[in-house]
Amino acid sequence: MLTATQLVIDIPGRPDGVALDLELAPGRVWGVLGPNGAGKTTLLHTLAGLRTPRRGSVLLDGEPLERQSRRTIARRMAVVFQERGDGFPATVMETALIGRHPYLSPWQMETVEDLALAEAALARLGLEGLAERDVTTLSGGERQRLAVATALTQQPRIWLVDEPTNHLDLHHQVEVMQLLSEQADEAGCSVFICMHDINLAARWCDDLLLLYPNGEACWGDAERMLVPAALESLYGQALTTTEMDGKPVFVPTGVRVRPVSASRGA
Amino acid sequence: MRSAESRHAAAIGDAAALPGPHFGLRSRLVRTLSLLGAVAVGAILIGIAVGSVTVPLPALWQVLTGEGSALHRTLIFELRVPRVLAAFATGGLLAMAGALMQVLLRNPLADPYVLGLAGGAAVGALGAMLLGLGMVAVSGSAFTGALVSTIMVFGLAHGTGSWTPTRLLLTGVVVAAGWGALITFMLVIGPTERIPGMLYWLMGDLSYARSPWAALGTLAIALAVISPLGRSLNVLARGPMQAATLGVAVRPLEWGIYIAASLLTAAAVTTAGTIGFIGLIVPHMLRLMFGADQRLLLPAAALAGGTLLVLADTLARIVIAPEQLPVGVITALLGVPTFLYLLYRSRF
Repeated sequence: MLTATQLVIDIPGRPDGVALDLELAPGRVWGVLGPNGAGKTTLLHTLAGLRTPRRGSVLLDGEPLERQSRRTIARRMAVVFQERGDGFPATVMETALIGRHPYLSPWQMETVEDLALAEAALARLGLEGLAERDVTTLSGGERQRLAVATALTQQPRIWLVDEPTNHLDLHHQVEVMQLLSEQADEAGCSVFICMHDINLAARWCDDLLLLYPNGEACWGDAERMLVPAALESLYGQALTTTEMDGKPVFVPTGVRVRPVSASRGA
Repeated sequence: MRSAESRHAAAIGDAAALPGPHFGLRSRLVRTLSLLGAVAVGAILIGIAVGSVTVPLPALWQVLTGEGSALHRTLIFELRVPRVLAAFATGGLLAMAGALMQVLLRNPLADPYVLGLAGGAAVGALGAMLLGLGMVAVSGSAFTGALVSTIMVFGLAHGTGSWTPTRLLLTGVVVAAGWGALITFMLVIGPTERIPGMLYWLMGDLSYARSPWAALGTLAIALAVISPLGRSLNVLARGPMQAATLGVAVRPLEWGIYIAASLLTAAAVTTAGTIGFIGLIVPHMLRLMFGADQRLLLPAAALAGGTLLVLADTLARIVIAPEQLPVGVITALLGVPTFLYLLYRSRF
């Protein structure tokens, strides 16, 4: 389990704001909402141990992240990044297979089981026909799904996912959100997703964290957080709310709302 | 369109049934390296047999089995074999160093000299030549110059913050320009009779190579140490953040690659001066032919780089025989058009 205690992420020139106390419990899907520049990605990188927080600490199974080797962390936690560097040519299968890296010793080659995991992951993301393609020839959406497939091959207990529905068509947005929610419900993983789509968050997230550009934040059960007034002040955007299948649906109305600083967290 | 459930079931079924092409990685590795090894042996034999005096194959066989004429034995064991093996080692070192630099800088067009190391070595070597010192001092001075340049670039690129590939690259380019000015200065003030030797060194010349064993030993040790890191390098090539989340200790690995690539290049430069293009062209061609898997690429670069330099040196010895060209002229003449062609066709 991943916990953040009194965590303040380090964004230069920004006041500390609210220190975060988050618990990424098994079986729960966390969503992070906030406008551009609110620090969603910085928070995700801090939780992954890739950035040093300004204050507070991140614990993985009770141990501070910085005291554990990257290899130990990688066996428990996978990160899907928003941006990917593909400087060198590699096939789709090779890319999915690097998810097995934390489990293999230096001299070991990938086994049949590793390969089966990678193939199952590619098939799960609808990429089975592209295994031998060069990643640089893929479309943005295909690369996005490949990044999720690589994380799936890594078999993590904790998923940190940065805008997984970027570049995806409607069907694949639903497929990827479905997959992440299955990882929580069926595999008992903790899932933490930075996202822009309030409606996807409303449908799939159990807990929500609203991040404001000034460092303020509030978090709690998704139902309690999805209040139109709070969301309107978060984005500085007027919203119309309706309901479908018992879940709220938010539609922007084109009126700009003056952003209000957040109320204190739960 | 299939439902998620049926697709999931199909995925599990497929995975159990089909091993897929990547399954043969180990056998592909063995096959490719055997092929390259055989080509390397062939090139070495050609390099030994061909020159200003060509030793026919039967005579070569006699010499290698301990017979043959005394003249042939001297020619082969005291001149050709050391030189050809030195060429092989130097080529292998440069190609491997190039492959490592390309991963370190995450730039497929980087070469072993891109960070200014060759300039430092050249200033060291030319300085020793200006002072009229012997070949051992020139080699030692070149090695020292290479290391000074390496440490300088790394220290400056580190600066007050952490270094990035771009910053390292820019620092290297600027430091190299500085060395270039010093080299020109030394060529201008150098006595006329020393200038040809200095120019030959700058172009890369294997006639200095007396003993191949230091270079061959470095190559063997480097292969043994770096080969187990192949998969980590594959992951690092996807970017440092991704590599960290896949369990790679990024900073120590980057330091390690930098030090290894620098030592390999320094050993090569010390053996034969600054030979261009091997470190750039060989990894690039191998990637086009065999893909970018570093577990295959690094040993393949050692073999193919060695082969290419042996052949280039053989050409350098026979084109204007009995005079010899500096081998760097041949590698540049072959390398420049190949490189421009690859660059023209590539996306980078």
